[in-house]
Amino acid sequence: MTALLAVWFLPERASDIAREVDALFYGLLVLCGIIAIGVCAAVIVFCLRYRQGSNATRQAEQKTIPLEITWSAIPLVIFIALFIWAGAVYFHMSKPPDNATEIHVVGKQWMWKIQHPTGRREINEIHLLINQPVKLLMTSQDVIHDVFVPAFRTKQDVLPGRYTIEWFTPIKTGDYHLFCAEYCGDGHSRMGGWVHVMAPDAYAKWLADTSTTESVVAAGARLFQARGCAGCHGPNATVHAPPLNGIFGHPVALSTGKTVIADEQYIHDSILQPKKDIVAGYPDNLMPTYQGQLGEEEVMELIGYIKALGSTSGGVP
Amino acid sequence: MNAIATPQAPPQPPSHEPSYLAVENTVRSWLLTTDHKRIGILYMISITLFFLVGGAAATLMRLNLLTPQGALVTSTTYNKLFTIHGVIMVWFFLIPSVPTVIGNFVLPMMLGARDVAFPRLNLASWYLFIGGGAFALWAIIAGGVDTGWTFYTPYSSTYANGHVIAMATGIFIAGFGSIATGLNFIVTVHKMRAPGLTWHRLPLFVWSMYSTSVILVLATPVLAITLVLMALERAFGIGIFDPAIGGDPLLFQHLFWFYSHPAVYIMILPGMGVVSEIIACFSRKAVFGYYFVAYSSVAIAVLGFVVWGHHMFVSSQSIYAGMVFSILSFLVSIPSAIKVFNWTATLYRGSIWFQTPFLYVLGFIGLFTIGGLTGLFLAALAVDVHLTDTYFVIAHFHYIMVGGMVMAYLGGLHYWWPKISGRMYPELLAKLSALFIFAGFNLTFFPQFILGYLGMPRRYHAYAPEFQVLNVLSTAGASILAIGYFLPLAYFLWSLRYGKVAGPNPWQATGLEWTTESPPPEHNFTVVPIVTEPPYAYDPVAAEEALAAKREQREPAYVR
Ligand code: HEC
Ligand SMILES: [Cu+2]
Ligand SMILES: [Cu+2]
Repeated sequence: MTALLAVWFLPERASDIAREVDALFYGLLVLCGIIAIGVCAAVIVFCLRYRQGSNATRQAEQKTIPLEITWSAIPLVIFIALFIWAGAVYFHMSKPPDNATEIHVVGKQWMWKIQHPTGRREINEIHLLINQPVKLLMTSQDVIHDVFVPAFRTKQDVLPGRYTIEWFTPIKTGDYHLFCAEYCGDGHSRMGGWVHVMAPDAYAKWLADTSTTESVVAAGARLFQARGCAGCHGPNATVHAPPLNGIFGHPVALSTGKTVIADEQYIHDSILQPKKDIVAGYPDNLMPTYQGQLGEEEVMELIGYIKALGSTSGGVP
Repeated sequence: MNAIATPQAPPQPPSHEPSYLAVENTVRSWLLTTDHKRIGILYMISITLFFLVGGAAATLMRLNLLTPQGALVTSTTYNKLFTIHGVIMVWFFLIPSVPTVIGNFVLPMMLGARDVAFPRLNLASWYLFIGGGAFALWAIIAGGVDTGWTFYTPYSSTYANGHVIAMATGIFIAGFGSIATGLNFIVTVHKMRAPGLTWHRLPLFVWSMYSTSVILVLATPVLAITLVLMALERAFGIGIFDPAIGGDPLLFQHLFWFYSHPAVYIMILPGMGVVSEIIACFSRKAVFGYYFVAYSSVAIAVLGFVVWGHHMFVSSQSIYAGMVFSILSFLVSIPSAIKVFNWTATLYRGSIWFQTPFLYVLGFIGLFTIGGLTGLFLAALAVDVHLTDTYFVIAHFHYIMVGGMVMAYLGGLHYWWPKISGRMYPELLAKLSALFIFAGFNLTFFPQFILGYLGMPRRYHAYAPEFQVLNVLSTAGASILAIGYFLPLAYFLWSLRYGKVAGPNPWQATGLEWTTESPPPEHNFTVVPIVTEPPYAYDPVAAEEALAAKREQREPAYVR
C-alpha cells in the first residue's frame, strides 16, 4: 500500500529545491482543501436544511456588507502571504550559485544534446554528481523545447536564438525522467531520456571511462584558431578588433552609447549577428557573421573559451 | 398570502400572434432571420455539431492514452487530434456557447426589448461564425494541423506541416463574429432597456454578459493581429517571431496570452451569470450581495487583461515580470471567490427546490471551486514551475471550462428550455444525466491533477508506464461523461414533441423573459414592459407558505 502511494502520489524528490516546492505544494493543498471542503460542506448543509418543505427558518433578506468584507479581506491576506512564499522559492530557483558546474544543453527536434565541461558529450542522458550544484546553459536549434525533470521540480523553456538557464542540486542517487515539456512537433513525447545522479565513486568511474580528450575550453580554443577569430582578436592581430580577454561578465560600451554586460547571450549574438551590437570605437563591418557556419554547440564552446580567457592579454589559462 | 416571487413587470396580456417558432417555417426564413431567438437556435445547432467534432477528437485521444505506447494512433495523428479538440472546443464551442445561444435568446428579453440593437449584424455574426467554422473544418479534412490550439511560434510559423494558415483564417473570421456579437450586446444593454430597468435592476446574467462583451470587443482584435503576423511569417518568411530570421521568440506568447487569458473569462463569466439566475430562482431568494456579484464581473473583466504572463513563468520572461504577474493572478481570483461565497450564502435560509437546473448549478459551484483553487497553485510561482505544461494544467482548466462553463451552459439550457421550446424536458432523466455528467467529469479529470503533480507532461502521445493506471481511470471517466452528454441531446429532441406544455413561467421566476408566452411571440412582448421591481424579488417565506397550502389541498408543489 505505501509502495503504491509512493508511486502514485509522492513523486521522487531528488533535488534540494524539490523539498521547498513540495512544502509549498502541500501547504497550498491543505489550505485549498480546507476552503473547498468548507464551501462544499456549507452548500450541502444549506441544501439539506433549507430544502423545500423542511421546517427551518426562512428569511428573504440579510445583511451583506460585514460578510462581504470578511470574505474579501481574508483571502486577500492569505493570497499575499502565498505570493511571498512562492516568490521567495522562485527567486531561489532562478539564481544559480557560483560554484555550479556548467553543462551545455542544445535541444533540437527531437533530441537533447548535452556537453559536460570536460567535453564529454551525451544524447538524451545527463550524468550528474550527487550534491554538486549544476547549471544548464541551454538553447535550441529550431523550435521551443523545455527541459523538465519532475524529480527535481524544475522546468525551463529552451528557446531558439536565446540562452536560458536552469539549475539544481541533485541530492539523491538514482535515475530520473528527463522530459521535453514544451510541445515541439511529432516527436515531442519521445524527446526525453534520463538523468542519472551518481555517488562520487560511480561518477568518477563514469568520467574515467571516456574517450573524450578535449575539454569545452580546449575545443573552444581550437575553434578560435580554426575559424579565424584569432586572426582579428588574437594578441598578434593587425586588424582593429577588440581583444576578448576578460570581457566576460564585464560592461562593454557600444557605438550607440549604451553599455551592456558581456554575458553568454551577448557573445552568442556578437558571433552570429555581429551587426546587432557594435563595440564603441570599432568598425561596424569588419566582424563577419558566423550564422549558418557555426552550430549552437560550437558557439557554446567558443563562449566557454572566451569565459576562460584571463584578463591578462592572450593565451589559454 | 404574498406571492412567492414578484416578476419585474406584470405578466403580458395574451398576444394572439404565432410564436417565433411558428411564424414561418421555410429554410429561407430560418437562414435569413433577424430574430434574436431564431439566431440563438441557429447557434445552438451549430455549436452542438462542433461539440460533437471536438468530442470525437477527445474520445480518440483518451482511447489512445489507454496504453503507454499510445497504440491506437500515430504521434502525428495524435497531435492533430489535440489541435482539433482545442481549436474547436475553445473557439467554436466554449466561447460562443452561453453568449451566442443563451445570450442571444434571453438577453433582449431580460431587457424587455424586441430584439438586439442590430438584428442584421447579429445574423452576420452567425454567418461569420459559420464561415470561420467552414475554414476550420476544411483545414481538418484536408489533412489537419498539429500546432496545438496555442500555435506557438516558431513551430507554427516555420516548422509545422499542414494547413496552419487555413485554420488560423477560420479562427480569424469567427473572431469577427465574436467582436460583432460583443458590440451588439454592449449597445443593446445601453440602449434597449425597458422603462424602469435601471442598471442596478439588471439581472446578474446581463451584468456578466456585458462584461464578457467588453472582453470580446477589446481582446479578440489582438488575437486577429497575432494570427495575421504568424501567417505572414509562415507564408512570406517575414521575421517576426522566428529568431533564425530576425524575430523575437517570446513575442508570440505575449500577444497570444494577452488575448487568451481574457478569453478564459469569456469562457467562464457568462456561465457565472447563468448560475446567479438559477440559484436565485431555485432557492427562492435574491442573490446574496447583488452589487458584489455584479461588480465582481466587471473587476474580472478588467483585471483579466493584466495577468497574461502567468502562462509564461518558465518561458524565460524576467523573474520580476513573473513576480508581478503572480501577484496580479492571485488578486484576480478574489472576485471569483466573492461570487462563490455569495452564491453559497444565497442558499442560506432559502427554500430550495431541487430541479435539474439547480443540480447543474451545484455541480458548477463544486467544480468551479476546485478549478479556481487549483489556479492558485499555478499562480504560485515556484509551484507553477513544476506544474505548468503538465496534466495538472489540463485538469485545472477543464474544471473551469467543462466543470464550470459546460455545466452552466447545460443548466441554462434546462432552465430556459421551457421558454425556448414551450415544452418541459423529462425531469427524472434529466436529473440522472446531470449525475452521470458530474460523476464522469470527476473521474475523467481528477486523476489528471495527480498525473500532473507526478510529472506527466501534456500533449504526450506516449508516456512512461507508471502513469498508466491514472490514465485508464481518466478514460473510463470519459466514457461515462460521453453517455451523460448524449442523454440531454436525446431527451431535448424528444421533448420538442412529447414534452409537457410548459406555460409562460413554469419556475415562477422573476425575470422579464418569464412574463411573456413560451415560446415567445416574434416580438417578445405585446406591450412594453414597465419595470417596477428589482431582480430576484423572491420570497422564501411565502414560497414555503404556498407549498404548505398546496400540500393541504393535496396538490403537487408549485405548478407541476
Ligand atoms: C575580420 C575580423 C574578425 C573576425 C574574423 C572575427 N571578429 Fe569578432 N570582432 C571583430 C570586430 C571588428 C569587432 C568589433 C565590432 C563589433 O562589435 O562588431 C568584433 C567583436 C567581437 C565580439 C564583441 C567583443 C566586445 O568587446 O564586446 C566578440 C565576442 C567577437 N567579436 C567574437 C569573435 C569570434 C568568437 C570570432 C570567431 C568565430 C570572431 N569574433 C571573428 C572582428 C572580427
Ligand atoms: Cu517537445
Ligand atoms: Cu491565464
